[in-house]
Amino acid sequence: MTTLETTAVQRARAIASEVTDPELPMLTLADLGVLRDVAVEDDGTIVVAITPTYSGCPAMATMRDDLVHRLTGAGFESVRVRVQLSPPWTTDWITDDGRKALADNGISPPGVAPRGPVMLSLTPTRRAIQCPQCGSGDTEVTSEFGSTACKALYRCRACGDPFDHIKEH
Amino acid sequence: MSDAHITQDTEGEHDNAYAGLLGNDAHWAFGTDFEDPLAGVDTTIPDGVDASELAQYCLMLGDDALVYAQRLSEWTSRAPDLEEDIAIANIALDLVGQARLLLARAAAADPALVPSLPEGSPVPDEDRLAYFRDAGAFRNVRLAEQPNGDFAELIARLLVMSTWRLAIFQRLVDHQDAVVAAIAAKGVKELAYHRDFAGRWFVTLARGTGESHRRLTDAMRTVWPLIPELTASTETESRVGVDPATLADEIGVVLDQVLAVAGITAPETPGLAGVRGRTGRHGMHSEALSRLLAEMQVVARAHPMGRW
Ligand SMILES: [Zn+2]
Repeated sequence: MTTLETTAVQRARAIASEVTDPELPMLTLADLGVLRDVAVEDDGTIVVAITPTYSGCPAMATMRDDLVHRLTGAGFESVRVRVQLSPPWTTDWITDDGRKALADNGISPPGVAPRGPVMLSLTPTRRAIQCPQCGSGDTEVTSEFGSTACKALYRCRACGDPFDHIKEH
Repeated sequence: MSDAHITQDTEGEHDNAYAGLLGNDAHWAFGTDFEDPLAGVDTTIPDGVDASELAQYCLMLGDDALVYAQRLSEWTSRAPDLEEDIAIANIALDLVGQARLLLARAAAADPALVPSLPEGSPVPDEDRLAYFRDAGAFRNVRLAEQPNGDFAELIARLLVMSTWRLAIFQRLVDHQDAVVAAIAAKGVKELAYHRDFAGRWFVTLARGTGESHRRLTDAMRTVWPLIPELTASTETESRVGVDPATLADEIGVVLDQVLAVAGITAPETPGLAGVRGRTGRHGMHSEALSRLLAEMQVVARAHPMGRW
C-alpha cells in the first residue's frame, strides 16, 4: 500500500469510527464493535465492513447510510459498505469506553457473553446488575426482551426506576 | 404512491423530509427494502455442494422463519401484557432477519428460484421470494403456518419451534457453506433466548391456575401432532443440511426436561398425516397458509414497481 493510500485509510477509519449507532447514539459503531474493517481498493474506493448485531437488526441500513454520508461528506468520492457475517457479533466486542458511555446514559452494560453449549434455563436469568440510576445491586429482570432486540428490561427495587440492560449475546 | 420524490431528489431535496434518509438509491416501498443483506459477502458455492439443492434447503429454513414470524407478529397488541407483547415482536423480528438472510442466500445460490417481475422492478430477490410465491412454492413445515390460538398455544408452539430450530442451527454452524454457517451461528444466540422464554412460560402456565393448566393441555393437543413432521427426513435436508431424523432424540430430551419441571405429560396423539406422503417440505400446506400469504402479500403484489 502506498503512503497516500495508508493516509486515506487512516483518515477514513477515523471518520467511520466516529459514526454513532442510531439506536444507542451514545455509542460509536467502533465502540459497539460492529465496525469491522476499513480498507481502500486500488481505484481509491473506501470499503467499510460492518456486522449485524442481531439477524433482524433494523439499524443496519441506517448505519450504512450514515457511513456513506459521512465519508462522502469528508471528500471520499467512492464509498462502499459491505456486510461481514462471520465471526458473529458479540457484546464482548463493546469497548470499555462504550460500556462507560452506556452506564453514563442510564443503560446497564452487558456481562460476559455465554460460551460453549447452549443450556436450557427455566428460571429467570441471574445477573449481578447495578442500577445505573442509584447504584443499588437490588435489581430484578422485568423482561428478557426490551425496547430493541439487544436489550432486556430491568427494575431497581431500591429507587423503583426501570432501566435497560444490554443482553449478553 | 408517487415516483415524484425520486425525480425531484436533487432539486427538491430540502422539501423532502425523507431525502436525508436515503442513500444513493430509492427504496422499494414494501418489505425489507434497503440493500442486499449479503452485500459484499462471498456467495460462491463450495466444492461438493449442489447449488440448487443448497438453495432449496435455504428456502425451507427461510420459509419456516418467515411464515412463523408472520404468525407471531399477528400477536402484536394482543398479548396479555406489554412485556409479552414486546417479547413476541422481538422474537418475530429475529426470525424475519433470519428469513431475509436465508432467502437472499437461496436466491444467490439459484437465481432460477426467484420469481420474475416486470422489467425495472426494484423489488430485491429475497422480497420476491417472500411476496411473489404462492403457497405451493413455500417449503415451511406445517407447524409454522397453523392459525394462532390462545396464549398457551403460542407458548407450546414457540417451545417446540425454537427447540427444533435451535437443534438444527447448532448443527449448521459447521456447514460447508460459510454463509449458512454464519447465519446459523448468529441464529443460535437468538433462538436460545426464544427457547428460554417459551420454556419459562410453559412451566408458569402448567403450574399456574387450573385454567392455565387446562389451556396448556389443550394447546399441546393442537401442537404435538405436528412434531413428527419436524423430524421426518427429506432427501434435500439429508443431503445438503441436517437430516431431521437425527434431531428427534435431542428434541425429545429438551421437551421431556421442560415437561418434567412443568409436571405435565405429553398427549398421546397421532402425528398429522401428510397428503399422499407429502407435507410442508413438499409444498403441501393447510388452507391456513394461503390466507396468511394473502394478507402478507397483497400490498406488495399490488405495487411491484412501488418506490418511495
Ligand atoms: Zn436504583
